[in-house]
Formats: sequence, C-alpha cells, structure tokens
Amino acid sequence: MSDNPEGIIQINNVFKSFGKIKALQGVSTTVRRGEVLVIIGPSGSGKSTLLRCINMLEHPDSGNIIVDGISVMHKSTDINIVRAEVGIVFQQFNLFPHLTVLENIMLAQRIVRKRPRDESKMIAEQQLKYVGIPEKAEAFPHELSGGQQQRVAIARSLAMNPKIMLFDEPTSALDPEMIKEVLDVMVSLAKGGMTMMVVSHEMGFVRAAAHRILFMDQGRIIEEGTPEEFFENPREERTRAFLSKIL
Amino acid sequence: MTTATKKIGEGRLLPLTSRLEKLPWWALLIALAAVLIVFSILTSPVYQDAFNFIREGIITTIRVTVIAYGLSLIGGLIVGLGRVSKNVIFYNLATFYVEIVRGIPMLVIILYGAFVVVPIALELINGIGNWLAGIGPLAGLGRIFQQINIQQVDMSGRAIAGLSMGYAAFEAEVFRAGIISIEKGQMEAARSLGMNYFQAMRYVILPQALRRVLPPLGNDLIAMLKDSSLISVLAVRDITQLGKLYRARSFRSFEAYNTMAFLYLSMTLSLSMVVKFLERKMSRER
Repeated sequence: MSDNPEGIIQINNVFKSFGKIKALQGVSTTVRRGEVLVIIGPSGSGKSTLLRCINMLEHPDSGNIIVDGISVMHKSTDINIVRAEVGIVFQQFNLFPHLTVLENIMLAQRIVRKRPRDESKMIAEQQLKYVGIPEKAEAFPHELSGGQQQRVAIARSLAMNPKIMLFDEPTSALDPEMIKEVLDVMVSLAKGGMTMMVVSHEMGFVRAAAHRILFMDQGRIIEEGTPEEFFENPREERTRAFLSKIL
Repeated sequence: MTTATKKIGEGRLLPLTSRLEKLPWWALLIALAAVLIVFSILTSPVYQDAFNFIREGIITTIRVTVIAYGLSLIGGLIVGLGRVSKNVIFYNLATFYVEIVRGIPMLVIILYGAFVVVPIALELINGIGNWLAGIGPLAGLGRIFQQINIQQVDMSGRAIAGLSMGYAAFEAEVFRAGIISIEKGQMEAARSLGMNYFQAMRYVILPQALRRVLPPLGNDLIAMLKDSSLISVLAVRDITQLGKLYRARSFRSFEAYNTMAFLYLSMTLSLSMVVKFLERKMSRER
C-alpha cells in the first residue's frame, strides 16, 4: 500500500515521543486522493499527534511522511508551502479574535496566497455561504456560537483551496445541539470529493461519509477497515472492547 | 426567613461614619494641595518666580520622555521577540541584555549610556564612514558618517540614549509577557494556514498581545516620566535640573521642590487616569 501512486498522504513507520510518553510507535498508512479516513481510539492513543505530524505541527522523531509527493520532514522542504495545501480544523476553533469573520477567512489568502483584496473577499464570502452563515461576515468570533465558530474555521481553511483537510476532534468542544451543523458541512465536503482525515468519535459522520476507519491504541494502528467490516466484525479484542464503550 | 436572604444594609443608606470612611480622602488631599500650589503660583511672587524659572524644564522633560519612550518601545519589541525566540543566539543575546540592564540602577545606566555607549557608537559610525569613503559610489555617505562627532550629540541626546537603553529591557519583558499570554492555538492556526513565523507574529500574535499590554506599557510611560528626573545628573535642563538650580540660586528649597513635585504630579496623575481609562475599556471588551 505504501507505494500506491494514488496515495496523496503516505505515512511510513512514524515514531514520536514526548519525553517518556511514546505517542506514536511506528505508524504507517496511506490515504488515497478523495478518501475520507476516520481515526478513532481512546484518549492518548496518538490520533491527534498523527494528524498534527502531517502538517508538522509536531515533528516526528523518525519515519517518513509524504504529502502530495513532498516529503514534509525533509530539511529542504518549505513546510509553509505544504501547510497551505493542508487545511486543519482544531477542537478549539482557534479563530483570530481580533479580526472579523470575513477578515479571519481573508488573512491567509492575502499574505500566503497573495490574492488581491477583492478576490480574497469574494472567496471568503463564497466559503461563508458554503458553511451556511453568510450573514455573520462582519461579526467578531466571540459573538458567534461554538458551532458557528467551527464553521468559520472550516471556511477559513477551505478558502486556501487545500488538497487535504485534517479535522482534529472538530466537535468535541461543542454543545450537543451544535454538533450536527458542523457535521453537515463535513459530510458535504466529503461528498464533494475532498481528501479528509478526521479524528472523531461521531458515528453520524462515520456512517454518512467514512470510507475507511483506523483504530489506534498506545501509538499503534491496531486495526483498519471499511465501516461495514470494522463495526460488524472487528477482528481485534481491543477494538471490540473499545467499540463496546462508545457505541 | 425572608429577611435572612436580604443583604444587611440593602436598600438603606450606610451610616454617616462609614460613608465618610469610604470617601477617597487621599484624592481630596491631592486636589487641595494642587489648588493651594496653583493659587500660590498665581498670587505669591516667590512661587511665581520659582515657577517661571522651572517652567522651561517642562518641555525638556516631556521631549526626552516621549523620544526615549518611543525608542524603548522599538528596542523593547526587538528584544522581547528575542526573549520568546527559539533561535538560540537571538534568545540568549536578548536574555543577556535584559538580565544585565535590569540588574543595574537606572542612574548608572544613564551614565553608562551617556559616557560609554554613545561615544563608542559614534566611533563605530566614524569607522564605517572611513570604510565607506573608500567605496566609490558610497563615498558621499561615508563622508557624512566620518564627520559625525561627539560634539553634535548634546547631553539631552545622550540622556535619551541612556534612558531608552534602560527601559528597553523593561518593555521587552512586557512584550514577552503579552506574547506568551496568547493561546498556543493562535500560533498553530496561523502556521497551519501556511504563514511563516514572522507573518504569524505580525498579523495574529502581536495585534492581540499589544492590546493586552497597553496598561503595563502606560504604567512604564509614567515610570519613565519620573525616572527622566535622573538625567539632571547630566546637567540636562529638565524640571529637576532647573529646580535644583533655582534652589541653589535662591535658597528657597520649599518653593523650588514644591513646584517641581507639583509639575511631576500633575503629569503623572493625568497619565495614570488615561491608563485607568484604558484598563477599564479593555476589561469591558473582554
């Protein structure tokens, strides 16, 4: 699988420790173009770390990660170029509180993509419409609900026209009634053919959009498969134990 | 039971004595003293004489404070960025500077700036001038650099150099505190959108950090206004220097020092009101 020419993300035997904690212990997988991969697992299993290694928010200790043909860990790689192609949505939204919603979505377009003001504004408005809150363009982040903030965060990433979107527990900080509005955007993104890696335990999303599930525990991939085979018929004892807790 | 839920004294005026205790007597006293001094300056020829003599120092004090403060903000921002930098050299140089300067009394820093740093800096500029003069197209610039000499930098210029050197270390720590108070997720979000470190600092971190450190920066402006009195050791004719001269000339210590104190106080108290206003405005915005 690892030399699959269709693999837009190739992760090869990645190790990462934080002091004594071994977050990743030899993780390898390949994500195809247009694939929606959901990573599940108990807390501390390394799911978020794996995601954050892909755009080098964490630097792996060893191994190799290739994103769209570029080795992100290579010294001569300009990581900013890779990051502009890989959107990430965080649990805590991380909107820029001093900027309006529109400015949040325009900022990186202007200074990273070097788009003129009018063009970035137009794209920002389009994306805001896509996530369903065009009327909030002039609002500040603190005036929005959690669900709305997360949708702005998604729009901010999408405005960069990324090839890949990473979601790091995008609904974990949300009140229950706001989860669906964020999942709806994610599902429509998946249906539109976006390559996505999603760390989430939202079964609604898994059922609606996931192509493949990856179960991690203690820094290793324990089991992977399509949603059907994974949920119907898990091979590993640890997977079964975990699934019985979350389902 | 219903009375138990009611707070004691609620809906009623407090007793007169406790209301009197709550009055800001200190502010009234200051106001009274100020009125007395203004009245004296207006009516008493002795105070008028003192005030007229010292008055010219106000401009010098303000000019030195404002310029030195501006320079210390620029220097402080650079050093502060060094304090949060992951670059080993930049971080260590910045920390070295901050630790040294903060451990030396401001008076000594001012003397050091005036009589050591400025002369050495000028020699350096002359040296660069000599070097540039030999390079054809830059010879003109070189000659200008060569001609700068110590006589052209008066004592108030040297005082500004000393004060801003000293305060840059304090401002650096203020900026550092502001920068590290911004949630880590902000830098991550900016970087993950493809911004480099400096773009993320410039457009995401610093705008937020600056807003947070406005009150401490304002307090440092007040502190610098007061510390500017130290430059009188360089015989710069600021409020303090003129006050000292007036006392030496007239032997009227009381009038001289009252006038000096009054001038400083009226400036620092008005500034601190501005800072308090800023603080209140910002706590409302949060």
